[in-house]
Amino acid sequence: MVETALFTVLAVVTVITAILVIVQRNPVASAIYLIITLFSLAGVYLLLNAPFIAVIQVLVYAGAIMVLFLFVIMLLNLEKEKRLITRHRLQKVLGVFLGIILLVLIGMIFNSVLLEGSKGKFPPEKVAALGNTEVVARLLFTDYLLPFEITSVLLLVAIIGAIVLAKRQI
Amino acid sequence: MISLSSYLILSAILFTVGVLGFMLRRNIIVIFMSIELMLNAANLAFVAFSRYLNSMDGQIFVFFVMSVAAAEAAVGLAIIMAIYRTKETVNADELNLMKW
Repeated sequence: MVETALFTVLAVVTVITAILVIVQRNPVASAIYLIITLFSLAGVYLLLNAPFIAVIQVLVYAGAIMVLFLFVIMLLNLEKEKRLITRHRLQKVLGVFLGIILLVLIGMIFNSVLLEGSKGKFPPEKVAALGNTEVVARLLFTDYLLPFEITSVLLLVAIIGAIVLAKRQI
Repeated sequence: MISLSSYLILSAILFTVGVLGFMLRRNIIVIFMSIELMLNAANLAFVAFSRYLNSMDGQIFVFFVMSVAAAEAAVGLAIIMAIYRTKETVNADELNLMKW
Protein backbone atom coordinates (compact mmCIF):
# COMPACT_ATOMS: atom_id res chain seq x y z
CA MET A 1 0.00 0.00 0.00
CA VAL A 2 2.74 2.41 1.05
CA GLU A 3 4.79 1.22 -1.91
CA THR A 4 1.98 2.01 -4.37
CA ALA A 5 1.42 5.44 -2.86
CA LEU A 6 5.14 6.23 -2.99
CA PHE A 7 5.38 5.03 -6.58
CA THR A 8 2.37 7.14 -7.61
CA VAL A 9 3.77 10.29 -6.02
CA LEU A 10 7.25 9.75 -7.48
CA ALA A 11 5.90 8.92 -10.94
CA VAL A 12 3.67 12.01 -11.00
CA VAL A 13 6.53 14.26 -9.83
CA THR A 14 8.88 12.71 -12.42
CA VAL A 15 6.49 13.19 -15.33
CA ILE A 16 5.40 16.73 -14.37
CA THR A 17 8.96 17.98 -13.84
CA ALA A 18 10.10 16.26 -17.06
CA ILE A 19 7.39 18.14 -18.98
CA LEU A 20 8.40 21.38 -17.22
CA VAL A 21 12.02 20.77 -18.36
CA ILE A 22 11.02 20.96 -22.00
CA VAL A 23 8.45 23.77 -21.75
CA GLN A 24 10.50 26.24 -19.68
CA ARG A 25 11.86 29.19 -21.64
CA ASN A 26 14.70 29.78 -19.17
CA PRO A 27 17.42 27.07 -19.37
CA VAL A 28 18.37 27.53 -15.70
CA ALA A 29 14.80 26.64 -14.68
CA SER A 30 14.94 23.66 -17.05
CA ALA A 31 18.11 22.45 -15.33
CA ILE A 32 16.57 22.83 -11.85
CA TYR A 33 13.49 20.86 -12.91
CA LEU A 34 15.72 18.20 -14.47
CA ILE A 35 17.50 17.84 -11.12
CA ILE A 36 14.11 17.24 -9.42
CA THR A 37 13.27 14.65 -12.12
CA LEU A 38 16.56 12.83 -11.48
CA PHE A 39 16.01 12.88 -7.71
CA SER A 40 12.55 11.36 -7.97
CA LEU A 41 13.91 8.74 -10.40
CA ALA A 42 16.45 7.87 -7.70
CA GLY A 43 13.47 7.31 -5.40
CA VAL A 44 11.92 4.99 -7.99
CA TYR A 45 15.20 3.04 -8.12
CA LEU A 46 15.01 2.64 -4.32
CA LEU A 47 11.52 1.18 -4.75
CA LEU A 48 13.00 -1.25 -7.29
CA ASN A 49 15.54 -2.60 -4.78
CA ALA A 50 18.50 -0.88 -6.43
CA PRO A 51 20.03 1.37 -3.72
CA PHE A 52 23.46 1.47 -5.40
CA ILE A 53 21.97 2.74 -8.67
CA ALA A 54 19.87 5.26 -6.70
CA VAL A 55 22.97 6.63 -4.98
CA ILE A 56 25.04 6.97 -8.15
CA GLN A 57 22.02 8.52 -9.84
CA VAL A 58 22.13 11.29 -7.24
CA LEU A 59 25.94 11.55 -7.17
CA VAL A 60 26.70 11.35 -10.88
CA TYR A 61 23.55 12.67 -12.55
CA ALA A 62 22.04 15.15 -10.12
CA GLY A 63 25.48 16.04 -8.79
CA ALA A 64 28.20 16.03 -11.41
CA ILE A 65 26.38 16.22 -14.74
CA MET A 66 23.81 18.82 -13.71
CA VAL A 67 26.47 21.02 -12.08
CA LEU A 68 28.32 20.88 -15.42
CA PHE A 69 25.12 21.94 -17.20
CA LEU A 70 24.55 24.84 -14.79
CA PHE A 71 28.18 25.93 -15.17
CA VAL A 72 27.85 26.09 -18.94
CA ILE A 73 24.51 27.95 -18.72
CA MET A 74 26.13 30.50 -16.39
CA LEU A 75 29.17 30.89 -18.67
CA LEU A 76 27.04 31.57 -21.75
CA ASN A 77 25.17 34.84 -22.02
CA LEU A 78 21.70 33.63 -22.96
CA GLU A 79 19.76 36.88 -22.59
CA LYS A 80 19.43 37.24 -26.35
CA GLU A 81 18.09 33.70 -26.71
CA LYS A 82 15.51 34.24 -24.00
CA ARG A 83 14.05 37.28 -25.77
CA LEU A 84 14.01 35.46 -29.09
CA ILE A 85 10.45 34.27 -29.59
CA THR A 86 10.04 31.94 -32.52
CA ARG A 87 6.63 30.86 -33.67
CA HIS A 88 6.50 27.29 -34.85
CA ARG A 89 2.91 26.61 -33.88
CA LEU A 90 2.16 24.00 -36.56
CA GLN A 91 5.41 22.20 -35.74
CA LYS A 92 4.56 22.14 -32.01
CA VAL A 93 1.03 20.76 -32.56
CA LEU A 94 2.30 18.18 -35.03
CA GLY A 95 5.16 17.29 -32.67
CA VAL A 96 2.85 16.65 -29.70
CA PHE A 97 0.55 14.61 -31.95
CA LEU A 98 3.44 12.47 -33.21
CA GLY A 99 4.72 12.15 -29.64
CA ILE A 100 1.40 10.67 -28.55
CA ILE A 101 1.60 8.25 -31.50
CA LEU A 102 5.11 7.25 -30.37
CA LEU A 103 3.84 6.66 -26.83
CA VAL A 104 0.98 4.48 -28.15
CA LEU A 105 3.43 2.51 -30.30
CA ILE A 106 5.74 1.85 -27.33
CA GLY A 107 2.70 0.81 -25.28
CA MET A 108 1.64 -1.60 -28.03
CA ILE A 109 5.09 -3.20 -27.98
CA PHE A 110 4.75 -3.73 -24.21
CA ASN A 111 1.34 -5.26 -24.77
CA SER A 112 2.25 -7.60 -27.60
CA VAL A 113 5.60 -8.88 -26.34
CA LEU A 114 5.55 -11.37 -23.51
CA LEU A 115 7.29 -9.53 -20.67
CA GLU A 116 8.46 -12.63 -18.89
CA GLY A 117 11.73 -14.39 -19.47
CA SER A 118 13.72 -17.02 -17.71
CA LYS A 119 14.46 -15.87 -14.18
CA GLY A 120 18.04 -14.91 -13.40
CA LYS A 121 20.09 -16.18 -10.50
CA PHE A 122 19.70 -13.16 -8.20
CA PRO A 123 16.31 -13.29 -6.40
CA PRO A 124 15.70 -10.40 -3.96
CA GLU A 125 16.42 -12.54 -0.87
CA LYS A 126 19.85 -13.52 -2.17
CA VAL A 127 20.69 -9.92 -3.10
CA ALA A 128 19.51 -8.76 0.33
CA ALA A 129 21.69 -11.39 2.03
CA LEU A 130 24.80 -10.53 -0.01
CA GLY A 131 24.18 -6.78 -0.20
CA ASN A 132 23.25 -4.93 -3.39
CA THR A 133 26.56 -3.07 -3.79
CA GLU A 134 28.59 -6.24 -3.20
CA VAL A 135 26.68 -8.10 -5.92
CA VAL A 136 27.11 -5.23 -8.39
CA ALA A 137 30.82 -4.95 -7.57
CA ARG A 138 31.41 -8.69 -7.90
CA LEU A 139 29.70 -8.81 -11.30
CA LEU A 140 31.53 -5.67 -12.43
CA PHE A 141 34.96 -7.14 -11.66
CA THR A 142 34.29 -10.68 -12.92
CA ASP A 143 31.75 -11.05 -15.74
CA TYR A 144 31.91 -7.43 -16.91
CA LEU A 145 35.61 -6.74 -16.41
CA LEU A 146 36.37 -5.95 -20.07
CA PRO A 147 33.46 -3.49 -20.54
CA PHE A 148 34.49 -1.88 -17.24
CA GLU A 149 38.04 -1.31 -18.49
CA ILE A 150 36.75 -0.03 -21.83
CA THR A 151 34.58 2.43 -19.90
CA SER A 152 37.68 3.82 -18.21
CA VAL A 153 39.29 4.33 -21.63
CA LEU A 154 36.09 6.05 -22.81
CA LEU A 155 36.22 8.45 -19.86
CA LEU A 156 39.89 9.19 -20.56
CA VAL A 157 39.07 9.97 -24.20
CA ALA A 158 36.20 12.21 -23.06
CA ILE A 159 38.52 14.14 -20.72
CA ILE A 160 41.09 14.66 -23.48
CA GLY A 161 38.36 15.65 -25.95
CA ALA A 162 36.84 18.17 -23.54
CA ILE A 163 40.24 19.75 -22.83
CA VAL A 164 41.10 20.01 -26.52
CA LEU A 165 37.71 21.54 -27.34
CA ALA A 166 37.95 24.02 -24.46
CA LYS A 167 41.20 25.48 -25.77
CA ARG A 168 41.00 29.01 -27.16
CA GLN A 169 41.61 28.20 -30.80
CA ILE A 170 40.57 24.96 -32.40
CA MET B 1 3.71 -5.06 -5.31
CA ILE B 2 3.71 -2.70 -8.28
CA SER B 3 3.53 -4.40 -11.66
CA LEU B 4 6.36 -4.27 -14.17
CA SER B 5 4.16 -2.54 -16.73
CA SER B 6 3.60 0.54 -14.55
CA TYR B 7 7.37 1.09 -14.42
CA LEU B 8 7.56 0.53 -18.17
CA ILE B 9 4.74 3.01 -18.80
CA LEU B 10 6.57 5.61 -16.69
CA SER B 11 9.70 4.90 -18.71
CA ALA B 12 7.79 5.24 -22.01
CA ILE B 13 6.29 8.57 -20.94
CA LEU B 14 9.72 9.90 -19.92
CA PHE B 15 11.20 8.77 -23.22
CA THR B 16 8.41 10.44 -25.19
CA VAL B 17 8.87 13.70 -23.28
CA GLY B 18 12.58 13.51 -24.08
CA VAL B 19 11.89 12.94 -27.78
CA LEU B 20 9.45 15.87 -27.85
CA GLY B 21 11.99 18.16 -26.18
CA PHE B 22 14.66 17.06 -28.63
CA MET B 23 12.42 17.71 -31.63
CA LEU B 24 10.66 20.91 -30.57
CA ARG B 25 13.21 23.00 -28.67
CA ARG B 26 15.70 25.34 -30.33
CA ASN B 27 18.16 25.85 -27.47
CA ILE B 28 21.02 23.33 -27.74
CA ILE B 29 21.37 23.09 -23.96
CA VAL B 30 17.71 22.10 -23.56
CA ILE B 31 18.13 19.61 -26.43
CA PHE B 32 20.99 18.13 -24.42
CA MET B 33 18.82 17.88 -21.32
CA SER B 34 16.21 16.04 -23.41
CA ILE B 35 18.89 13.51 -24.35
CA GLU B 36 19.57 13.01 -20.63
CA LEU B 37 15.83 12.44 -20.09
CA MET B 38 15.79 9.74 -22.78
CA LEU B 39 18.86 8.04 -21.27
CA ASN B 40 17.14 8.07 -17.88
CA ALA B 41 14.03 6.49 -19.36
CA ALA B 42 16.17 3.67 -20.75
CA ASN B 43 17.87 3.31 -17.35
CA LEU B 44 14.49 3.00 -15.63
CA ALA B 45 13.45 0.22 -18.02
CA PHE B 46 16.77 -1.56 -17.38
CA VAL B 47 16.38 -1.43 -13.59
CA ALA B 48 12.71 -2.48 -13.75
CA PHE B 49 13.51 -5.54 -15.87
CA SER B 50 16.49 -6.35 -13.65
CA ARG B 51 14.17 -6.33 -10.61
CA TYR B 52 11.40 -8.42 -12.17
CA LEU B 53 13.65 -10.98 -13.88
CA ASN B 54 15.79 -11.51 -10.76
CA SER B 55 18.91 -10.56 -12.65
CA MET B 56 21.58 -8.00 -11.78
CA ASP B 57 22.76 -7.45 -15.36
CA GLY B 58 20.33 -4.55 -15.85
CA GLN B 59 21.90 -2.62 -12.99
CA ILE B 60 25.40 -3.16 -14.41
CA PHE B 61 24.15 -1.80 -17.73
CA VAL B 62 22.75 1.27 -16.00
CA PHE B 63 26.23 1.83 -14.56
CA PHE B 64 27.70 1.79 -18.08
CA VAL B 65 24.94 4.01 -19.47
CA MET B 66 25.67 6.55 -16.74
CA SER B 67 29.39 6.64 -17.53
CA VAL B 68 28.62 7.08 -21.23
CA ALA B 69 26.19 9.89 -20.31
CA ALA B 70 28.88 11.58 -18.22
CA ALA B 71 31.39 11.40 -21.08
CA GLU B 72 28.76 12.63 -23.52
CA ALA B 73 27.84 15.58 -21.29
CA ALA B 74 31.48 16.64 -20.85
CA VAL B 75 32.32 16.53 -24.57
CA GLY B 76 28.94 17.89 -25.69
CA LEU B 77 29.07 20.88 -23.36
CA ALA B 78 32.64 21.60 -24.50
CA ILE B 79 31.35 21.57 -28.09
CA ILE B 80 28.54 23.96 -27.09
CA MET B 81 31.11 26.31 -25.54
CA ALA B 82 33.23 26.18 -28.70
CA ILE B 83 30.17 26.87 -30.88
CA TYR B 84 29.12 29.78 -28.68
CA ARG B 85 32.60 31.28 -28.88
CA THR B 86 32.56 31.33 -32.68
CA LYS B 87 28.86 31.91 -33.48
CA GLU B 88 27.66 33.78 -30.36
CA THR B 89 24.46 31.73 -30.29
CA VAL B 90 23.07 28.45 -28.99
CA ASN B 91 20.03 28.50 -31.25
CA ALA B 92 19.97 25.27 -33.24
CA ASP B 93 18.31 27.00 -36.23
CA GLU B 94 21.26 29.35 -36.71
CA LEU B 95 23.87 26.59 -36.63
CA ASN B 96 23.67 25.60 -40.27
CA LEU B 97 27.36 25.33 -41.17
CA MET B 98 27.12 21.59 -41.85
CA LYS B 99 23.88 21.83 -43.83
CA TRP B 100 24.08 21.42 -47.56
